[in-house]
Amino acid sequence: MSIKRKFLEISKVGIEFPTPNGPFCALKDVDFSINEGEFVSIIGHSGCGKSTVLNIIAGLYQATSGGVILDGKEVDEPGPDRAVVFQSHALMPWLTVYENVALGVEQVFKGQKSKSEIKDWVEHNLRLVKMDHAMDKKPSEISGGMKQRVGIARCLAMQPKVMLMDEPFGALDALTRANLQDSVMQIQKELNTTVILITHDVDEAVLMSDKIIMMANGPAAKVGEILDINLDRPRERVALSKSDQFNHYRQQVLSFLYERKGVVDIEDEKRKRTIDEADALETDKIA
Amino acid sequence: MSTNSNSSSSFQHGSSEQLAGRVMKVISTFDFKSVVFPVIGVIVFCLLWSLAASRIDTSLGQFPGPAQVLSQSQTLLDEHFAEREKEQGFYDRQEVRNAKKLAKNPDAEIKIRKYTGKETFFDQVITSLKTVLFGFLVASLFAIPFGIACGLSDGVYKAMNPLIQIFKPVSPLAWLPLITMVVSATYSSESPWFEKSFLVSAFTVALCCLWPTLINTAVGVANVDKDLLNVSRVIKLPTSVHIRRIILPASIPMIFTGLRLSLATGWMVLIAAEMLSQNPGLGKFVWDEFQNGSSNSLSRIMVAVVVIGLIGFALDRVILLLQKTVSWDKQAVLR
Repeated sequence: MSIKRKFLEISKVGIEFPTPNGPFCALKDVDFSINEGEFVSIIGHSGCGKSTVLNIIAGLYQATSGGVILDGKEVDEPGPDRAVVFQSHALMPWLTVYENVALGVEQVFKGQKSKSEIKDWVEHNLRLVKMDHAMDKKPSEISGGMKQRVGIARCLAMQPKVMLMDEPFGALDALTRANLQDSVMQIQKELNTTVILITHDVDEAVLMSDKIIMMANGPAAKVGEILDINLDRPRERVALSKSDQFNHYRQQVLSFLYERKGVVDIEDEKRKRTIDEADALETDKIA
Repeated sequence: MSTNSNSSSSFQHGSSEQLAGRVMKVISTFDFKSVVFPVIGVIVFCLLWSLAASRIDTSLGQFPGPAQVLSQSQTLLDEHFAEREKEQGFYDRQEVRNAKKLAKNPDAEIKIRKYTGKETFFDQVITSLKTVLFGFLVASLFAIPFGIACGLSDGVYKAMNPLIQIFKPVSPLAWLPLITMVVSATYSSESPWFEKSFLVSAFTVALCCLWPTLINTAVGVANVDKDLLNVSRVIKLPTSVHIRRIILPASIPMIFTGLRLSLATGWMVLIAAEMLSQNPGLGKFVWDEFQNGSSNSLSRIMVAVVVIGLIGFALDRVILLLQKTVSWDKQAVLR
């Protein structure tokens, strides 16, 4: 009876933010685990704390209770093994595309790779996201979708154990988004990267994930339901849109989000009243 | 013949048309507004100035108008060259004298004296410029690192903030007597690098150059985009690399805003300090002319006023140019 340890375990994670009116509990008892090579989405209404979960896994926030264990080691600070793709792309505007990716590579592979190996590795990753043609451009000279591709390349180039994506397609137009989603799925399949994707887009979650974690509304948000998506890969969006199975999954997520509202316990009416206030607070924290 | 002359005239015609076209093109691309309007502004100001000046009588004669100022600046220039000639003459005579002495007796002791003539207006300008730049440089060398420390660490900021708030509003002129005494007491060497008076003025400038740079650098560093800081945390950049590659480039615009404010106040304070302490420089020139009380004094002071303004303007442009070369954002509109 050996207990098989999961690759990434999030156990009983809770976090409180100090406010002038006493501590505000944003997450409580968040519990889930992820296998190696899995593509997992976390979906929920805005302000439900899904980005907070990601930030705790990244080590950018410290959980007040519970903990995160990645590959047998507890997470207590940020590190390149949990590289993040930010919604705002977060490229340094004063560095070229190449330099932005190299910044991480030089640090992570210090003493392991020679100068020419580093150069090859950066170029390889830019080729992977089809951005090798713009290596010497500054971020201000390329489009939003391209910037996000570079953000993904910077993340991949650090060879993270798990790639954390915080609404990476949120600021993109629909066509660019579809394009990038396909690229990410293809790369993930090629490299067998473990991915956690934060999203509020139901179609995106169903299309891309092996597993969808649906978050209940806060405050004191927790995991509502976990939905396994058993669709064959590679997934093709046009074909899937006609598939009953796809639509069934889609309907299940929608029903969670809009009918059951993702609210686990409604008894506490007082709490509900503070939701708006808490939302503002949390977005402040995240911003 | 006729065809020949025809063709040549048509050629001339063509070229003059081309020339006219080119001139028109130059005129049309020329930004009239940015040249003509400033010129109009200056001309109107000069007219109003001379009108007003002709109505003001002081005990030192009429208030100088643009014309007197122009002629007086010519005089100052002439005086400068006359003084230089005298200086050259002094050194020439000294050399001849010494050569004669040596010819008579090779072991003779020769004396080389420095020329101690009056400093001209332009000497004073140079002295003031050197002083302000030195003071500004010293202040910036302290203010930028401390500003970065304040911006990076809340603890350092909280520790420094009361001191900054208390010392910032103090006029550096209040420090002047203290600086004078401290410099006289501590700085003494046989062949000093700097004059004492130079150091006193420069430190006074430095004291007021400190604050705008420090505060703006701290604000700039503290307001670097949180996402960029998170990227740096995820990559685990060491502090030195973090400062060099993330913090400094991101806060360059704010640092330069601070530097420009610093240099501008430094230049203003320097003139006042030189007047008060009688240290060489433009301030001393103004004060000496005032004490002199000749009929030309007011015009000469007015020349100094205009020159002080022009130099202040030029200093600001130099910093702006420096910012343009250092900054990564070449598209940014700097004003």
